Amino acid sequence: MIFDDEPLVGENLPILPGHDSPGRLERVLRAGHFAVTAEIAPPDSADPYEVYARAALFDGHVDAINATDGSGANCHMSSVGMCALLTRRGYSMIMQISCRDKNRIAMQGDVLGASAMGVSNILCLTGDGVQSGDHPEAKPVFDMDCMTSLQMLRGMRDEGQFLSGRKITSPPQVFLGAAANPFAPPFDYRPLRLAKKVAAGAQFVQTQYCFDIEMLKDYMSKVRDMGLDKKIFILPGVGPLASAKSAEWIRSNVAGVHIPDGIIKRLAGAQDQKQEGVNICIDMVNEIRQIEGASGVHIMAYRQEERIAEIVEKTKVLGDRTPWYPNR
Amino acid sequence: MKAVRYWSVNNARWLRWVYKGLETCLTTIYPLLKWLGYQRLDSGFFAVEKLVKGFLFDSKSCGQCTLGETGMACPMNCPKTLRNGPCGGVRANGNCEVDPDMVCVWVTSWEGSKRIGNPESTIQVIQAPVDVRLKGTSAWLRAVRKNWGVDE
Repeated sequence: MIFDDEPLVGENLPILPGHDSPGRLERVLRAGHFAVTAEIAPPDSADPYEVYARAALFDGHVDAINATDGSGANCHMSSVGMCALLTRRGYSMIMQISCRDKNRIAMQGDVLGASAMGVSNILCLTGDGVQSGDHPEAKPVFDMDCMTSLQMLRGMRDEGQFLSGRKITSPPQVFLGAAANPFAPPFDYRPLRLAKKVAAGAQFVQTQYCFDIEMLKDYMSKVRDMGLDKKIFILPGVGPLASAKSAEWIRSNVAGVHIPDGIIKRLAGAQDQKQEGVNICIDMVNEIRQIEGASGVHIMAYRQEERIAEIVEKTKVLGDRTPWYPNR
Repeated sequence: MKAVRYWSVNNARWLRWVYKGLETCLTTIYPLLKWLGYQRLDSGFFAVEKLVKGFLFDSKSCGQCTLGETGMACPMNCPKTLRNGPCGGVRANGNCEVDPDMVCVWVTSWEGSKRIGNPESTIQVIQAPVDVRLKGTSAWLRAVRKNWGVDE
């Protein structure tokens, strides 16, 4: 997708009236297109070409790429580093900031740096607990929580000041994102939690993996009743499961991921379980696009990033749009 | 103690009533407290708070009490010290991601909030991030000063 005011590679788009960021994602969402975002796997390496190669897997299929911030509390290349590399090539990045590893001083500094590099979207997360990662002995920070960090970032952008009240000469121009998990208790509070995030400044939200479409539909109907779908762009999360065995493992070991028995049975009964995982994901995307208030999908294909193109092409969710990519 | 903590949430409605009543009483005698001097009273008040809130709510004495807004569940018992609601890692049985033997603090907080009613004035209030300098000081006296519009 090429806008008529397309800038040089690595430079930002002009900010349209009513928009907060110079980014492609906000443009696509506000124009009413069904957006696709995907999560890039950060390498355990200092090689920039690994990052470029991983991003290239998404070329022409996604509107923005999430750079995770130590997901699962495991150590990888930082989200700031990934964004620095990929914004240089013109990619539209969603920089995730987790509250687990940084205090308010570090977070605000990163946001200024990110915006200066051309990051137009920032997603505030609580972050997984340190016990789930490879450094369980680490000190968890949690100086802020996702709600207060959204508020803090909105203050930086709209009021032009740090949390301390000190002025920022040129405020960060960012589209603010949050995460949601409709599939974890307390279920009846989850729509209210989304309302609270909207009140704190969230403009788009990506959800945890959806493997239970009925549960998502139920959540979305409550969200619509509260009028939230008019206030925030909602991108339900999806992803291909590699096998019945790995689904079982995720279900019992990854916090907050709900996989119904039916999905595991469907995988176990398939000849080619890996392909069946992709098929399930395709079915989910097709169901999600029918849900009123869903503005797109967020694809998390951990270790199966090469399958994202297939998922997008088979579902034709982008219509006749081809998202921007370098050297297109 | 978790059992007492859970009991407090189950009795959130009247406990909050008592809590708010206490706040009103203290706010009423503000001139007296001011005359006696906050600095002098703080350690005494803090000791009482620590004892009472520590017993009933496993309070962590952050000095910026949210109990009235969080369904009488102390959010500082959350291993991530979240003050604005549950993270996405809550287990299917409602227990904590980090401590599997503990009911998620925010699952209990939501239960308490439902007992109190009117979520807009309780659990939906966005709590400011903790000021670590206030740990170990009296939250009650701070609330009284706030009600009178007096700066720290």
